[in-house]
Amino acid sequence: MRLTQGAFSFLPDLTDEQIGKQVQYCIDNGWAVNIEFTDDPHPRNTYWELWGQPMFDVRDAAGVMFELNECRKTYKGRHYIRVSAFDSTHTWESLRLSFITDRPEEEPGFALERQEVDGRSIRYTTRAYAANRPEGARY
Amino acid sequence: MDAVIDDPNIVPDAKAPVPGAIDLRAEFSSSGLAEVFDQLDRELVGLVPVKQRLREIGALLLVDSARKRFGLEAVSPTLHMSFTGNPGTGKTTVALRMAEILHRLGYVRKGHLVTVTRDDLVGQYIGHTAPKTKEILKKAMGGVLFIDEAYYLYRPENERDYGQEAIEILLQVMENQRDDLVVILAGYADRMERFFTANPGFRSRVAHHVDFPDYSAGELDAIGGRILETMNYRMDAGAQEAFRRYIDLRMLQPHFANGRSIRNALDRARLRQANRLFNAERPVTADDLVTLTAEDVLASRVFSGGIDSYPPLHPSN
Ligand SMILES: Nc1ncnc2c1ncn2[C@@H]1O[C@H](COP(=O)(O)OP(=O)(O)OP(=O)(O)O)[C@@H](O)[C@H]1O
Ligand SMILES: [Mg+2]
Repeated sequence: MRLTQGAFSFLPDLTDEQIGKQVQYCIDNGWAVNIEFTDDPHPRNTYWELWGQPMFDVRDAAGVMFELNECRKTYKGRHYIRVSAFDSTHTWESLRLSFITDRPEEEPGFALERQEVDGRSIRYTTRAYAANRPEGARY
Repeated sequence: MDAVIDDPNIVPDAKAPVPGAIDLRAEFSSSGLAEVFDQLDRELVGLVPVKQRLREIGALLLVDSARKRFGLEAVSPTLHMSFTGNPGTGKTTVALRMAEILHRLGYVRKGHLVTVTRDDLVGQYIGHTAPKTKEILKKAMGGVLFIDEAYYLYRPENERDYGQEAIEILLQVMENQRDDLVVILAGYADRMERFFTANPGFRSRVAHHVDFPDYSAGELDAIGGRILETMNYRMDAGAQEAFRRYIDLRMLQPHFANGRSIRNALDRARLRQANRLFNAERPVTADDLVTLTAEDVLASRVFSGGIDSYPPLHPSN
């Protein structure tokens, strides 16, 4: 099951050229670009691991692409990788854009669990199949 | 990391019509290059061979982009350069202009200059160098990376030197990401030559070697004039005469740093002028404030056989 988180996730995977253009857009807006990765695809897992440092002083998307490729060398195929852009402007001080750039080859998806509670009530919860295995051995 | 384009039918520029003929002169002015070169001629004294080389490189790039528009595939040219010359001969100043020229021609996307030396690239302990070098490279991408006194990266006497690691990363990026940044190596001619001999990888990646000659006394005087102009000062006749004598003496002294020595000498003259005006205990006119007189120059130790202050008052840039 294809993970759809962040922007563009209903589109086909972005090419490097397209990623570069999005990154340049972020840089031109003065946002700090980050590269993050995780192997826990649960939608509530908002804190992904940061690759390196946030890139505050990179002027050109090529600098970010360089780092993205470094991250891929380590995690491609085994983790999700995303690019996010942080706007430090007062009153924003939060992410402005985030999109997935790389995903594991196989995405087994999520199980929907129904828990019967309090008589006839049911609680629903999702659990990533991948999360059954320990961190680092999931994909 | 070549971009992959999904649809093979979408080739960029496919729709741009192939022109019948391209007027290189017109391209030269419309790209804004003419203006940059004129400015270069106006603002930089002397440096004739350097300006000539820059024009040649500019012409190469113009022709190259013309070829591209005719669909003649040109491999993107190697633009990494080495600037050799003594201190203060204008290497950093020209590198800044180079960044602008390359930007105008579309060979770098942003046109900024990142100036570094060994300490910015090489770390203090194992595992420190690669991230430092990469950090700088990322910052410089889209622009020009200027490595001053590049030979310090290479310390043959210490085989465990971390400089080697920085060199390897640099070489890799210089080769694989030629579209993303231009590297300019700078330093004194003889040591650069030894550096290139010991690191053939650099020699083969650097296409343009530009040599910066020392300035003549007349040129130094003219440089002084330019610097004063930008600072809104002028010399009266006596000061001019004294300054010429100052240059002749200073050129023969050790630690002479061409343009920078001139700048420093003028800074000190300004200091003396300020003191003179302050101690005169009379109201000053606008004219007093902009004029340097002979005594502001003549008070220099150079005239009494001493050496002018060293290290320079201003850090090298
Ligand atoms: N041709 C010139 N015309 C006008 N000013 C010049 C010229 N050359 C040098 N200068 C002045 O001299 C000073 C030193 O120049 P610059 O910093 O470019 O030298 P450099 O070759 O980089 O020296 P270093 O090797 O010590 O770094 C600058 O302040 C610059 O303004
Ligand atoms: Mg310099």
